[in-house]
Amino acid sequence: MTSDRIVITGMGWVTPLGDDIPAAWARIVAGDSGIGRVDRFQADTFKTNFAAQVKGFDLKRHLPDADAASHQHAGLSTRFALAAAAQAVRQSGLDSFARLERRRFGVYMGAGEGTLDFAPYAAAHVISYDPATRTCDGAAWARHALAHMDPTREVEQEPNMSASHVAWQFGAMGPASNCMTACAAGAQSVGEAFELLRRGDVDVMLAGGAHSMIHPLGMTGFIRLTAMSRRTDDPQHAARPFDRTRDGFVMGEGAGMLVLETLTHARARNANILAEIAGYGSSADAYRITDIQPTGRGAVASMAAACKQAGIDPRTPGPDGRPPIHYISAHGTGTKENDAIETRAVKALFGDLAPRVPFSSVKSTLGHLIQAAGTVELITCVMAMHTGVVPPTMNLREPDPACDLDYVPNAARDLTAKGGVKVCLSNSFGFGGQNDSICIRAWTGT
Amino acid sequence: MARPVVITGLGVVSAFGPGTAQLWAGLTSGTSALAPITRFDATGFFTNIAGQVPSTFAGKDYVPKHYRKATKVMALDIELAVAAAKEAADDAGLITRAQLGEDAADGSTYSPARMGCHVGAGLISADSEELAAALSTAKQPDAPGVDLARWGETGMDNLTPLWMLKYLPNMLACHVTIIHACEGPSNTITCGEASGLLCLGESARVIERGDADLCFTGSAESKINFMGMLRMQMAGRLGRLTAAQRPSPYDPASPGGAVGEGAGILILEAEATAKARGAKPYARVAGTGAAHSPRRPHAGDGTPDPGLAAAIDNALFDARLSPTEIDACVLIGAGAPGIDAGEGGAIADVMGGHAKGLPIVTLGPSIGSASAGNGGLLAAVAALMLKHQTVPTRLGSGQPGGTCAPLTGARGPTVQMRLRHVLVASSSLGGQNAAAVLTLP
Repeated sequence: MTSDRIVITGMGWVTPLGDDIPAAWARIVAGDSGIGRVDRFQADTFKTNFAAQVKGFDLKRHLPDADAASHQHAGLSTRFALAAAAQAVRQSGLDSFARLERRRFGVYMGAGEGTLDFAPYAAAHVISYDPATRTCDGAAWARHALAHMDPTREVEQEPNMSASHVAWQFGAMGPASNCMTACAAGAQSVGEAFELLRRGDVDVMLAGGAHSMIHPLGMTGFIRLTAMSRRTDDPQHAARPFDRTRDGFVMGEGAGMLVLETLTHARARNANILAEIAGYGSSADAYRITDIQPTGRGAVASMAAACKQAGIDPRTPGPDGRPPIHYISAHGTGTKENDAIETRAVKALFGDLAPRVPFSSVKSTLGHLIQAAGTVELITCVMAMHTGVVPPTMNLREPDPACDLDYVPNAARDLTAKGGVKVCLSNSFGFGGQNDSICIRAWTGT
Repeated sequence: MARPVVITGLGVVSAFGPGTAQLWAGLTSGTSALAPITRFDATGFFTNIAGQVPSTFAGKDYVPKHYRKATKVMALDIELAVAAAKEAADDAGLITRAQLGEDAADGSTYSPARMGCHVGAGLISADSEELAAALSTAKQPDAPGVDLARWGETGMDNLTPLWMLKYLPNMLACHVTIIHACEGPSNTITCGEASGLLCLGESARVIERGDADLCFTGSAESKINFMGMLRMQMAGRLGRLTAAQRPSPYDPASPGGAVGEGAGILILEAEATAKARGAKPYARVAGTGAAHSPRRPHAGDGTPDPGLAAAIDNALFDARLSPTEIDACVLIGAGAPGIDAGEGGAIADVMGGHAKGLPIVTLGPSIGSASAGNGGLLAAVAALMLKHQTVPTRLGSGQPGGTCAPLTGARGPTVQMRLRHVLVASSSLGGQNAAAVLTLP
């Protein structure tokens, strides 16, 4: 059985550099920083007190007022997902396609949990705690929590609620799922949606990630893990993937959503095709919960599987003499460990061609959007294809001997004269060892 | 299916205790393991009756010696998954890194790259005592709360550096992949009660398309903690059960639902590779399906859930079966009337005239609803039914009514009968639905 080809027909995002694709893309290419002091809660004394927050977000800019109002109790990341999905659906033209078969229209989200209602949650703990016995009085905890926590807000924190709101808003009644594989989820959701389409279970999927961990316990968790940059004196230059002085990632937030459909379905309704998903690879490190497997075995496996499915041999140049992949969107978090190991993995897979593949991290401008990162970064790959420009890795001033590839340092690069950007690979690796890579190809009409 | 997939191993932890034998004995004896919570004082909630895993359960008993240190960073949800995965792997006769030791990949039944892992999970609640001890160091001076300035300065330093890793939902699958060296596709699905069967579907697709030969699949969750009970009560999933009452599935007069906890992990294998190694399957995964419900009410509105009906339709279509070929169903039957009406009504709608008398096994009255853990448990029970050709006792104190009135087979004693195709299905709080048909191999 030959599977149908799968194409992207709509894209949308909410990022710390804006929630309009062309405008935010221009800022990414210009190397703007979306990073600043956290102002959503009192974080001044936190060892990391800066992040890439989404600013000035209003769901009403993306949905009709009545629809936006019907989601007003949804959590922040769910509202991000709705805004991104609305852009994607509008671009795809599905909103005006009356013959859409809703039971063959599914949703695969990689959304994170909602924002914890910190104040009453913390208070219930403090009130019920007896330091002498080191126990909490369950009845006292329940009394405070039931009196001060809001039922709707609690339900809306469940991680499947983004998928629920997106399905309700856009009338998707096909298979629906939500995955949480930490920083890999935004890519994995797209990959698994792609596989459902290839299997023929659905015609159309809304897929992508959404997340915000910019809240007290979210920041706390990563500060305790010493995974985030502590460059509090210079937040704008704190995200410095592949630089020798990198000291961790910078937390971001947002959402990215794609409309994916079978080529048959897209053609039948004359949809404008933005790119083709050519391959998806998924693997697990199965190594340690705290460390990445040092040779990059899992990353190599996911990239190799994505290339293989796309029919690409990573070590054989294309007919134009260029490496067969024109741009890799790095996971590139800016942690010591990730950037060195990801570099090692790219070298292991692409061999002699590795130094010739532009390989940059937009986390240097957007921060790390956690579960949304994989989808947002895949969208930057599509934009690179459409514009011929690959985005830069900003703040890369001091080369690290362990990171010696072409990271497109500090300035975007226009590849139009070299033949443009036709094939991209996007990497997303999750804490705990899930690795996902997606290979996309420019759509040439055939 | 293009590449047939079979179930060759089962592992569970439930309120009946760790082990499939315990669960099967409990279900066939017609007893309920629901009892007052002993883990903490739960009298502040609507009910303290729940399906708590016995307090003697300890995750470290199920972890290889070389990995025992890691149990320090395992929340109960993770321990449940790891324990069930061990039983499933042993039951399937697998040799993995668990027996071979940390660095030994040679000698395992399957090469690590050919093994995947998909585990459904919920949001894991932080350990209250641990968090409260840390938060209490940053109390507001004049109000009952936490001063974020103090918390940032020194308070949070009272949490262990790896604190967050105990509570990331993907850690269930991560620990299982590390223990058994599963380097193939791995995922964590978090769609509440539908998670486990969504994982079963995804594992089956991964094997079918050739990306792995074997997958650990299923789900685990515990909501028997402060936040879990709070959220279940707020979501209308907790009845005001007295010590003498039990949920009564599909019965409009049921006193409401009870929370459970547990894990169900299955070993799914490509039929060809399972056969080649001489494994004896419990069942074949004949078909899986999923669908989203178009309706919004969280607690159900008393009408059949069209999303669940669509998921069942999709699973039947995938299995190329008609509803009349289904010999029995395994469902949660939470005993919360609004939710039951959606679930039972969907079965009645899909099955039509075949619904009357169709044996319907429910886990709600015996072990409670284990939230994300449900899917793995439901599938394990269905596999056991096929193996034993037995329908276990269907508990319930009153009669099915409303949309569920046709489900007369939801009551009855343990009976032996010819079972070829068993349907499992579950709906989540947010509207995701999943179903699967398991068939005699």
